[in-house]
Amino acid sequence: MAADIETLDKQSATKAGAAGMPRLHQVIFAALLALALAAPFMLYPVFVMKVLCFVLFACAFNLLLGFGGLLSFGHAAYFGSASYVAAHAAKVWGLTPELAILCGTAAAAALGFVFGGLAIRRAGIYFAMVTLAFAQMVYFFALQAPFTGGEDGIQAVPRGDLLGIISLRSDLTLYFFVLAIVFTGLLLIYRIVHSPFGQVLKAIRDNEPRAVSLGYRVNRYKLAIFVLSATLAGLAGSTKALVFQLASLTDVHWTMSGEVVLMTLLGGMGTVFGPIVGAAAIVTMQNYLAGFGAWVTVIQGTIFVIGVLLFREGIVGVLSRWLKKSL
Amino acid sequence: MRKAKLLLASVAAILVATPVLADVSVKIGVMNDRSGTYADLSGEGSVVAARMAVEDFGAADKGIDVTIVSADHQNKPDIASNLARQWYDAEGVDVIADVPTSSAALAVNDITREKNKIFLVSGAATSDLTGKSCSPNTVHWTYDTWSLAHGTGQAMVETGGDSWFFLTADYAFGHALERDTSEVVKDSGGEVLGAVRHPFPGQDFSSFLLQAQASGAKVIGLANAGADTTNAIKQAREFGITQGGQSLAGLLIFITDVHALGLDTAQGLVLTEAFYWDLNDQTRDWAQRFAEAHNGSMPTMVHAGVYASVLHYLKAVEAADSKDAEAVMAKMKEMPSEDPLFGTGEVRQDGRHVHDMYLFQVKSPDESKGEWDYYKTLAIIAAERAFRPLGEGECPLVQ
Amino acid sequence: MFELLGIPPQALFGQLLLGLINGSFYALLSLGLAVIFGLLNIINFTHGAQYMMGAFVAWMLLHYLGIGYWWALVIVPVAVGLTGIVLERLMISRLYHLDHLYGLLLTFGLALIIQGLFRNQYGISGEAYSIPSQLVGAQNLGFMFLPNYRLWVIAVSAAVCLGTWFVIEKTRLGAYLRAATENPVLVGAFGINVPRLVTLTYGFGVGLAALAGVLAAPIYSVNPNMGADLIIVVFAVVVIGGMGSILGAIVTGFGLGLIEGLTRVFYPEGSAVVIFVIMAIVLLVKPAGLFGRTA
Repeated sequence: MAADIETLDKQSATKAGAAGMPRLHQVIFAALLALALAAPFMLYPVFVMKVLCFVLFACAFNLLLGFGGLLSFGHAAYFGSASYVAAHAAKVWGLTPELAILCGTAAAAALGFVFGGLAIRRAGIYFAMVTLAFAQMVYFFALQAPFTGGEDGIQAVPRGDLLGIISLRSDLTLYFFVLAIVFTGLLLIYRIVHSPFGQVLKAIRDNEPRAVSLGYRVNRYKLAIFVLSATLAGLAGSTKALVFQLASLTDVHWTMSGEVVLMTLLGGMGTVFGPIVGAAAIVTMQNYLAGFGAWVTVIQGTIFVIGVLLFREGIVGVLSRWLKKSL
Repeated sequence: MRKAKLLLASVAAILVATPVLADVSVKIGVMNDRSGTYADLSGEGSVVAARMAVEDFGAADKGIDVTIVSADHQNKPDIASNLARQWYDAEGVDVIADVPTSSAALAVNDITREKNKIFLVSGAATSDLTGKSCSPNTVHWTYDTWSLAHGTGQAMVETGGDSWFFLTADYAFGHALERDTSEVVKDSGGEVLGAVRHPFPGQDFSSFLLQAQASGAKVIGLANAGADTTNAIKQAREFGITQGGQSLAGLLIFITDVHALGLDTAQGLVLTEAFYWDLNDQTRDWAQRFAEAHNGSMPTMVHAGVYASVLHYLKAVEAADSKDAEAVMAKMKEMPSEDPLFGTGEVRQDGRHVHDMYLFQVKSPDESKGEWDYYKTLAIIAAERAFRPLGEGECPLVQ
Repeated sequence: MFELLGIPPQALFGQLLLGLINGSFYALLSLGLAVIFGLLNIINFTHGAQYMMGAFVAWMLLHYLGIGYWWALVIVPVAVGLTGIVLERLMISRLYHLDHLYGLLLTFGLALIIQGLFRNQYGISGEAYSIPSQLVGAQNLGFMFLPNYRLWVIAVSAAVCLGTWFVIEKTRLGAYLRAATENPVLVGAFGINVPRLVTLTYGFGVGLAALAGVLAAPIYSVNPNMGADLIIVVFAVVVIGGMGSILGAIVTGFGLGLIEGLTRVFYPEGSAVVIFVIMAIVLLVKPAGLFGRTA
């Protein structure tokens, strides 16, 4: 099954050729964009923005897991710390939203560089455990540090004026700003995956010794993808802080790391569109099932179990097999 | 349009002998913990209490159409703010009630002010809600950290517990409780020998308790909540701390915690609460009805607070003949409150509802005459002493 | 009086002893995890939930059937172990040919389900379970007041750990187990029913978690979340000891209990994170853990 997808990958990669993106993917991206443009007029905009932020987070995570083959069990660290830094920048330093987001993203990148540099020296389950250990330390820091506000988090973060001119107070204005960020992020991820760099990554994922023997400096590639993934997760986290005007411990807790794995797994890891579907499905579910209390955890757990036992390829993975097209 | 409506209403009022409002429909959102640490002390019970308030008020007869919705904020400020926003923006909720967990309540407080709706806090503890974060849209009904710290702290020092050691949950709420209580202890002539901060949430407190024991303090103040408090009490008994002559002061304990601990473990504990079901005939009647609707569990002070605040809100809506936040808030502050659980009281300018508080001691198993017979009253703290004086809270609404 | 870093030595002994008691829970739980990982190659995320089930089943036996602590000590590990066997047969056994990742995710999902169900049924405040009358009371050790029950916990945990280690390292059954870990196909060819061995091992590991749950019931509150945060710590213990190493799990379990105990005296705020700091350092310096063999 993994092999199937791999060959499909190659086919689509060759078919795409110089044009960059295969027709099918262009159509899907266009459809998604159209959907996203129409969504705030039919659904509650803040909810759709939440979906968008998690879509970006899950795609960033998938970059590492699906294409780099590295399972991080501590991605909340980058998402959450970026969200704290962005909130602090906007509230205390009074920066404009785009600069606050930039600060948060840069913080996540720096953190990713340090942690990633240490973690990529280990593989498999040990890698997962090291990332978890680092994430726990970040959580501890967020709980203790004076500027994070402990369990209150940083509240009432101003949305501010974009470039100092356009007020983002209205949900709709903010929505299009967020959409622009997320869509750019998604295209960037797509570009990374389908670049020569992405091809080397897949080679490393599928057979590391072979990649080494071909002369690739494997660790540099791994570090690069780790930092990229952490950075984009940070972008998602910073954006979320502005949308909800809040950065809190939830963003750095290990259950957040588990949730993003769930989203990616449900949608289909290693696929382009899987995490988008997975994130949208999970966030929607959490939103509409909130009234059921503890049943939400039961349902999430059931999805995990069914997903692992029956649909390891995830929703999009299964679709992709039916359609015999890489998605 | 509006004139026509008014006209219709007055015609209706003339036609029907009793005064009936132009149909107002209000939507009350009960937001609390429905699956976590505070699910038993708030949770579904608060929804039951809100529903009872609507029935007792007789909303339907008075032409006020009330809908109640509820949701789980999982004690997280992000989920709470998200829910509040969605309720106000997309689902037409007019008033949010309960909201335990200080961080979540502060988040809802901000959003309620921004959207100009009404927030009736019962479950949350932080006195900042009527202090530096006070809002013209918020009423804080049941209790707060100041009143708990003062009730328990002062009473303990007065009865000879003049040296304290704190076991503090290491987060903002725990720190605030420790700080408030330390001040009271010192002001009342006691001394604070030390404090130890334990991770939150904690599981094993024996090591911290041993440090508290070694301090030789007469009173060990538990500046934590929920499972942390019950675990600490359980382990204090196991390590012979209470038998050794030191007493425990729970700074935030609810009757459901005592119920979970069992009297054998919890006996002798001194605590401050705003309500106990067995205070008088009225509270007993009400609690009986509550228990019938809620699997036999007795109400906590949080449930009582939800009932009383919703009742007072509905009265204000009736008096204002509108659900406009400003008008209703004005009425809520102007009218004295009157209900079977808290008696008469008032909502102050800063949003604080003041009423009597009670200092209780947990009975020993021998003294208890049956299930839920847990407290004996040590003292009644009169309303004017029970809450932080209006001028001291740094609330910008108070000039 | 001399003092060590500002702490009187008596107090320090007391704290070390408490650390050891916590360590005995870590050791019991990480032992179960290590046994399961060693033979099944599954990271059992459900372990915390199974520990919670142990405590809850003990409470249910008492509450619904009037069966007390001593019987619970025997019945609960068997009962919860059986549920583990069912899970292994129905679900986990389908994943052996796949990456570790899937086992981790499956058991993570199972943990969510189990905890959610218990939360729905019993709420969160927790249930009371008292210490059996034979173990009430305490010893005055001069430097501290040590409850008899805690002494009992150390004794049971040490005995069980030692027994398990002995069976696996020194007996014929243990030799089969170890051989099946190395090369299941070959061991199967010798006429040993490897799948059954695997199933029973999982049941045994789960039983250990349940036993820890019963031991914990009288001292910690019995609530649906009691295992949720503990599991992350116990993971760290197993990783530090070396995944799959029996001796490693036992020694690090007790050792980290001691270290955590010391942190509680000198830097209480850091006691929740010290284990993770150690884990990160160990993994970076000695990737296979303190007692693990590098593959």
